[in-house]
Amino acid sequence: MSSENQETETQQESGEEKQDTQEKESNPVKAEEAKLKAKYPNLGQKPGGSDFLMKRLQKGQKYFDSGDYNMAKAKMKNKQLPTAGPDKNLVTGDHIPTPQDLPQRKSSLVTSKLAG
Amino acid sequence: GAGNAGVGGGNDFQWCFSQVKGAIDEDVAEADIISTVEFNYSGDLLATGDKGGRVVIFQREQEGNNRSHSRGEYNVYSTFQSHEPEFDYLKSLEIEEKINKIRWLPQQNAAHFLLSTNDKTIKLWKISERDKRAEGYNLKDENGRLRDPFRITSLRVPVLKPMDLMVEASPRRIFANAHTYHINSISVNSDHETYLSADDLRINLWHLEITDRSFNIVDIKPANMEELTEVITAAECHPNQCNVFVYSSSKGTIRLCDMRASALCDRHSKFFEEPEDPSSRSFFSEIISSISDVKFSHSGRYMMTRDYLSVKVWDLNMESRPVETYQVHEYLRSKLCSLYENDCIFDKFECCWNGSDNAIMTGSYNNFFRMFDRNTRRDITLEASRESSKPRAILKPRKVCTGGKRKKDEISVDSLDFNKKILHTAWHPKENIIAVAATNNLYIFQDKIN
Repeated sequence: MSSENQETETQQESGEEKQDTQEKESNPVKAEEAKLKAKYPNLGQKPGGSDFLMKRLQKGQKYFDSGDYNMAKAKMKNKQLPTAGPDKNLVTGDHIPTPQDLPQRKSSLVTSKLAG
Repeated sequence: GAGNAGVGGGNDFQWCFSQVKGAIDEDVAEADIISTVEFNYSGDLLATGDKGGRVVIFQREQEGNNRSHSRGEYNVYSTFQSHEPEFDYLKSLEIEEKINKIRWLPQQNAAHFLLSTNDKTIKLWKISERDKRAEGYNLKDENGRLRDPFRITSLRVPVLKPMDLMVEASPRRIFANAHTYHINSISVNSDHETYLSADDLRINLWHLEITDRSFNIVDIKPANMEELTEVITAAECHPNQCNVFVYSSSKGTIRLCDMRASALCDRHSKFFEEPEDPSSRSFFSEIISSISDVKFSHSGRYMMTRDYLSVKVWDLNMESRPVETYQVHEYLRSKLCSLYENDCIFDKFECCWNGSDNAIMTGSYNNFFRMFDRNTRRDITLEASRESSKPRAILKPRKVCTGGKRKKDEISVDSLDFNKKILHTAWHPKENIIAVAATNNLYIFQDKIN
């Protein structure tokens, strides 16, 4: 068994050993999976599916709706904020951005501290 | 020399601290986080890019000085602002200035060239030295002010006088507007004329001289985005076959493509995937199998891939499974739930080969990094920390304790600092000198000189 050599951590190529290792490995991972599902019961069955990847593709997307902004400014109390369902509207979320919320982006004209 | 694999253990080899660059203060500004590290072909230059869009290039000092026990030190050679933050108003898209990758071009004359890229735009920078200045102009005085032409009564030939070395960086080409999605890789081709750039769904081929056109060579965007199942995570040109490149995916697969086979390389020539045991499939399987980096060996015979928990070496002649697998931090397997919650499971670690391809290196958490010797099968865990940063101090191997009983000097998995991630490392192309980026600090280590 590969565990005899304590220096090495490379997996051996033989099928038997691979099976054995994977059995041991699947237990902690399954336990972790159960933990996650207990915390987030609505978590989708396809983690690698389109929802998850779409989020990656839409990184950097920032929306501003002037209508919503003006209404919020006018403090209309009976306005319903749109809530994001678990499967839709990944990009706008449940928060209407206001100009104050959007972080000010300034380029770093300061010299890098690595060059100091 | 580079013949020695350089992985610790026994009396053959040890790594020592050489230098550390960057601020010591605890409060790290986001802009200072190093996002890429790359040696040039000779190893004399070392470039870093950061989240603030800045590039800093270090140059190795000539070894004329016999006083120092260590080999030449790396000192600042040039620094410049490569990219700035942008906002695409048409798409409501904020474009970060963070430098995703830097790749050097092989040197062809006195100047140095590199490609740097953020999410959307690639730039070719020329770094050149100026150590002479012309004096004695006819139309300008010493301060550069124009002289009154009517006052000039004689002509003289300007002479070149030496001046303090000035290193200038200028953008020579800007390759823009070719990527709808976020660029993750750039790779210079062995023909030294073209390079590829890859985003989540497409790969483009550019000519270094031409900025208004690029060829799309891979497009995996589905007609219906609801059908999207995988994205491109990394791509690289083969080191000596200019028609071959590979790209990796979020599903843990690698495709090798041959540009001679067809103009659009959507159909791969080779498909590398390790078969998965269906019984071990879990919610995390696909996420941890996502490949964050792919690198050809210098020989071009092998390639290495990094996924969340391991590094795999593949023989290009065998698509069915990797020839070697190295566990980076297997103890994290029982922490996947919390690593998913804090997003660490999506961290993109890079990997690199040493010059002779007999050792590989990759980073981990707690400012640990790991090296594997392919011949002896030994591995070592080292730490980049200010505590072990005395000149020529030998780095002590680290060990993470997984079981109940923690030995002295070991650290338990729960004590690891997951905010201290080493995502970017680089190995000198010829010598045992390594550069390790630990958040906002750059560490340089080298082998012990007897």
